[in-house]
This record gives sequence, structure tokens and C-alpha cells, in this order.
Amino acid sequence: MSVLTSVISAGFDVDKVREDFPVLKQRIHGKPLVYLDNAATAQKPFAVIDAIRKFYEVDCANIHRGVHELSQRSTAAYEETRSKAKRFLNARAKNELIFVRGATEGINLVAASWGRKNVKEGDEIVISALEHHSNIVPWQMLCEEKGAKLRVIPMDDRGELLLEEYEKLLGPRTRMVAVGHVSNALGTINPVRQIIEMAHRAGALALIDGAQAAPHLKIDVQALDADFYTFSGHKVYGPTGIGILYGKARLLNAMPPYQGGGDMIKSVTFEKTIYNDLPYKFEAGTPNIAGGIGLGAAFDYVTRIGLDKIAAYEHELLVYGTEALSRIPGLRLIGTAREKAAVLSFVMDGIHPHDIGTVLDRQGIAVRTGHHCAQPVMDRFGVPATARASLALYNTFAEIDALVAGLGKVKEIFS
Amino acid sequence: MVDDLYQEIIIDHSKRPRNCHPMADANRKAEGYNPLCGDELKLYLKIENDIVKDVSFVGSGCAISTASASLMTESLKGKSREESLKLLEKFHELLTTDTPVTQELGKLVVFCGVRDYPARVKCATLAWHTLKSALTNSGEPVSTE
Repeated sequence: MSVLTSVISAGFDVDKVREDFPVLKQRIHGKPLVYLDNAATAQKPFAVIDAIRKFYEVDCANIHRGVHELSQRSTAAYEETRSKAKRFLNARAKNELIFVRGATEGINLVAASWGRKNVKEGDEIVISALEHHSNIVPWQMLCEEKGAKLRVIPMDDRGELLLEEYEKLLGPRTRMVAVGHVSNALGTINPVRQIIEMAHRAGALALIDGAQAAPHLKIDVQALDADFYTFSGHKVYGPTGIGILYGKARLLNAMPPYQGGGDMIKSVTFEKTIYNDLPYKFEAGTPNIAGGIGLGAAFDYVTRIGLDKIAAYEHELLVYGTEALSRIPGLRLIGTAREKAAVLSFVMDGIHPHDIGTVLDRQGIAVRTGHHCAQPVMDRFGVPATARASLALYNTFAEIDALVAGLGKVKEIFS
Repeated sequence: MVDDLYQEIIIDHSKRPRNCHPMADANRKAEGYNPLCGDELKLYLKIENDIVKDVSFVGSGCAISTASASLMTESLKGKSREESLKLLEKFHELLTTDTPVTQELGKLVVFCGVRDYPARVKCATLAWHTLKSALTNSGEPVSTE
């Protein structure tokens, strides 16, 4: 692999990148850790760990209220992440970026705040057959509450959405189209720009769940013309419990607050409360300050390496992995979309994914097994579960080889 | 070693599960479900004079859960309701504690390796949870969650 690696890695030194991630240095059950569960959460570079540590060691204070030095420092650091998020997504203005706990909260915020105000009985919400439960259940809850209807864009056997079927679902009652940018279970990259444009033509808004896209693709919410875009920090090498919701200012301004509390108000009396301006209107209570600061460091880290380079490198890994796994007799890849990112989901004849996962774990290889919080996707392909290897910028060709060897051991045990 | 978990007899029973069919004249039935794995199991029992005369299952699951159901059915035949529940207790102890392995478990001792795999205990106990539901006749499908 060395020749290929050096050609592909021009401008991208994976060995150097790996040095940034302390967790990767350990052995699991006596074997070097091969971490292939990045779609669940990515590991954290020193830059992120150090930023969090520095906050707690040096700058720790609550934000947006103190006049003292520490509060000013922590406020500045936290708000700096908002500016970085603006650049990361190419938003128009800083006040269009709302801190949330993660993509799940981002979607729930829109479903609860925008949805309750704008969705009426008989209206329709369109999602897709590829969605993670987090982009299904909040809309189901809203539909149930309002007597609205949930419509689902179907997909084909490759795991690609059927746009002609989507077109038929759109109508005068469509209020929102909520679709994932990249499927967590299959890796399909959806043509979200086209999906958004079609939604807009039908007079609907579009929310994009970017949880699986943010670590792998360069995102430009203006070019996409997304109305809402949300992702989780921990999948972009940042901390857990922090994420971003982007919304067009015009829409966010017209939406009622999501939660009430401190920081989201201008003034409070027992008779009347005046809500704060964007983005604070949606940020009640003391937030995950350390997480926000850590996320800023993650943005810097990813930006410094360059998402274009990351995407190109990961694509080579994906192509190599796809070929390698396809050569294994009895293995079936689930999700073979023409546009794919970083996910190899598969099943093996007569071997349950959980058994695959356990045998791989004993060889130091971490994969996810199960339904990946996407049970409708599993149903579509007629499997109860899959094993999923998901890639990140620090994975190597040698690790794909280790996975293939590990699957050889799986076959040996169960043959 | 992972081979301690997947002992030969477990692999054998997972590939060729015994008593794996529905039972038309069962007088006790129960369903078990493991939402994390998607494993499903239906258990059929024919109990006469408080003795398990026949027992079978159908379902889909991993090697551990299938082998566990298969070996369970083998070890239950001829046992009284009380003996069956006692065996369940012993089996659960085998999986979750460090107590020395006892003879009364018979072939079921092959599951002692599961101790070292906490994430897999649920797979091995699904059939047994379902048995408990069938014997106590709570009627509700059991879930490992």
C-alpha cells in the first residue's frame, strides 16, 4: 500500500494527523486500536482537549453577564466559536448560529418552535427513508400534535433517494422538507441542493440534518439555500453535548423561543417578558461553555487541514475499503450509492452483526453493530442490523487491511 | 481469547439450533425482544402436570442468543416449573457473577465465557427472560431493555 498511500497523501500526512489524537495510541485486547466507529463519534485532537482544559484551568466563568475579567474572557472565547461556525457554514450573519446540544436538539428546536407555530391540521412534512431516528421522531411528534401528515421519500436498492417520487410528494400542503445531508447508516450523500430547491418551488421550507456531513464535506448554507442546517460538534472532532443550528435570520426572528430562562430575555416582570434578540432568544440558561470553546478548536483544526483534503483522502479510503470488502465472499455491502461518504455498512451470510462486532473488538477493531438508530433503513433492506465501519481523517489503508483480516477471523470462527 | 466465547458447542447450536420450530399444541407461549440487536424470539411450551413435556422456539438473533435458546430447550425437557426457574437463576449467576461453575448447569456451562463480554449478556439471557415470562404467564412480550 505504501506507493498508493504516498501518492494519495500528497499534502495530507496521515501519520502526522494521527499524532494529534492521543486516544489512537492505545492497544485494545493486546492489539493496536483500529477505530472505525467515527459516524457514532469522532476522536478528539489535542487542540480540542487542550482548549477545554485551558478553559477550566484558566478562564472558567459564566458568560454574558459578569463584568469581571474571567467572564469577559470566557464570553469572548465562547462567542468566537459562533464566528467560526459562521465561517464553517458560510452563514450570512453571526446571529444565525444557535448553540444547541447537538443535531438532535437542533431538529427538535425547529420542530417545536417553528413547527408549533406554522404547521396546521392537514399540513404535510416530508422526510426521507434514509433518516436517523432524530430526524423522524420530532416530526412525528409534531404531526401527531397538529394532525399533520408525515410523508416519506423512498429510496432504491443502492440507497439513493428517488427524486421523481419526492416530486410527487410535494404539494400545496407541504410545509417542511427535512432530510439528512449524508446517511449515517449507508453513507449516501443526498443531492440536498436540488432537494431544497424543489421544496422551495413547492413553497415549503427545508431543514438539513448535517450530522454526518459536517466532518466530511465542505458546507455552504448560502449556496444550498438551506433554511435550517444542524450538526453535532462531537462528530467533527469536537466535544459531546454541543452543536450548531443554523437558521435564516428572517425565519428565526419570526419563531417563538424554544425554552424560557436566563439569557434569552431582555427584561422580565411578572406581567410581561421581553425576549432577547437572536441568537440569544434560543439559548436559555448557562450553556455548555467548555463544549462551545472546544468546538471552536475543532473548527480550527479541521479548517487548518482543509475539508477538501479530508474529503479527498477519505474518499480514497472509502474506494479502497469498498473494493476490499467486496472481494470477501458472502459479504454484502448495504448502501452502494454513487455519491457516498465514509461509511461501509455490511452484512455477512449466516453471521449476525453482533458476532462480527465482538470478534472484531477482540482484535482491537471498533465497529458499530446494530440498527444505527435507523430502523426504517434496516427494514428497507430486509436486515435486522448491519456492521458498520465508518471512516475519519486519521484512518489508514493499513487499518482497512486490518478490518479485512479481522473479517477473515470472523469467517474462520463461524465457518 | 474470543474462542472462549464462541466455543464449538455454541457455534454448533447457532448453526443447527435444536427444537427450532413452532408448536401447534403448546399451552404456554411468550415473546422476547432485544431492541438493541433486533433479536426476536418466540417460545413454545407444553406443560403437563407441572412438567415441561416439550419446548421449542423460533426467532432470529446472533450466535449467542440462538445457541442459548437452543441449549435452553434441551435442558428444560422433563423439568418441573420450579426446577426450570431455579436453572434460570443459576444460568444468570453464571453469566453475571464470579461464582464457581456448578455441575447442575450441564452443557450450559459453555456460556461461562459470556462473563467477559458484558455487552453480550443480554444476548445469552433473552431466551431465559422469555421462559420466565412464559412460566409466570405475565403474557407481556419481554424486552431486554
